[in-house]
Amino acid sequence: MSKFKKSGSKALPAVSTASLPDIVFMLLFFFMVTTVMREVDLKVKMNQPEATEIKKLENKSLVTYIYIGEPSDTKLHGTTPRIQLNDAFANVEDVAGHIEEKRHNTLEALIPKLTTSLKVDRNTQMGIVTKVKQELREVNALKISYSTLEKVEKDL
Amino acid sequence: MAKSPPEINAGSMADIAFLLLVFFLVTTTMDTDFGLSRKLPPPPEDDQEIVDIKQRNVMQVLVNANDQLLVQGELMVVEDLKEKAKEFIANASNAEHLPEKKATEVPFFGNVMVSKQVISLQNDNGTSYNMYIQVQNELAKAYNELRNELSEQQFGKSYDYYVEIKDKDRVKAIRKVFPQRISEAEPKDIGGGNE
Repeated sequence: MSKFKKSGSKALPAVSTASLPDIVFMLLFFFMVTTVMREVDLKVKMNQPEATEIKKLENKSLVTYIYIGEPSDTKLHGTTPRIQLNDAFANVEDVAGHIEEKRHNTLEALIPKLTTSLKVDRNTQMGIVTKVKQELREVNALKISYSTLEKVEKDL
Repeated sequence: MAKSPPEINAGSMADIAFLLLVFFLVTTTMDTDFGLSRKLPPPPEDDQEIVDIKQRNVMQVLVNANDQLLVQGELMVVEDLKEKAKEFIANASNAEHLPEKKATEVPFFGNVMVSKQVISLQNDNGTSYNMYIQVQNELAKAYNELRNELSEQQFGKSYDYYVEIKDKDRVKAIRKVFPQRISEAEPKDIGGGNE
């Protein structure tokens, strides 16, 4: 009569953990593939401005970064805004070389898609930014993106 | 009779994998880079022609070293810039002092009057970057809102939606009606800054 009662008397079998390594490996591979190691150590203060009309930068491998801001170590480097390329401070004249280097390492077909991302501190004065922009114009790196944070709309 | 070798205990495999997993979890920075995309004008050529643009087609936006905004000769706060720019770009009332319009053939829309607007943005060397971005953002917002309104009217969906689904034809058509023309003049040292 009681067709289903039988199993109740037996002890519950342990859950097999044999597939646990597989699951963990799957997660592991996901993170290994998506991980981007931080490429530079910031040497300038970076408090980016906020904006709403922003677009996501696609294809990170085609982006050149230029950091501009007040040095983090003001005792050592002063408070005048500086340009940082890769891991070191640079002058405006070095920007062209930096772009050339990036172009050299890029497939020829992809060169027109190269974008320069300007990461500038919000308190920087426009003078230095304009100089960098002029320099970018000179080397024909015309696609730029002013890197900003996403602003949360207050009046919604 | 050879004894079969003992099986390697794979029980610690999960632990090792976990360790690696935690390492990658911690080091992962999923920072996506957002920004305002702009295109710089090509470097100036020697034999460049000076293009005359009528006064009424240009909206002058000046920002000085104290981050004050002067639009068409009036002092203004950033919050009002968007409305002013929208009014200027669209020129819905066909006003005399606002930009001229020219009939243009645009796919989906047919013959539309496209205004010949240009927004001229000039900043001082002492302008703060934050202010510059705010101004750029407001101007971009003006264009985007106009495009959205137009798109809602014509297709019933917003412009952002068509950008999202990559409907290039519609996006192009809308852009043709409201082309984003922000011209940046060379900055001046008008003064007021401490440089």
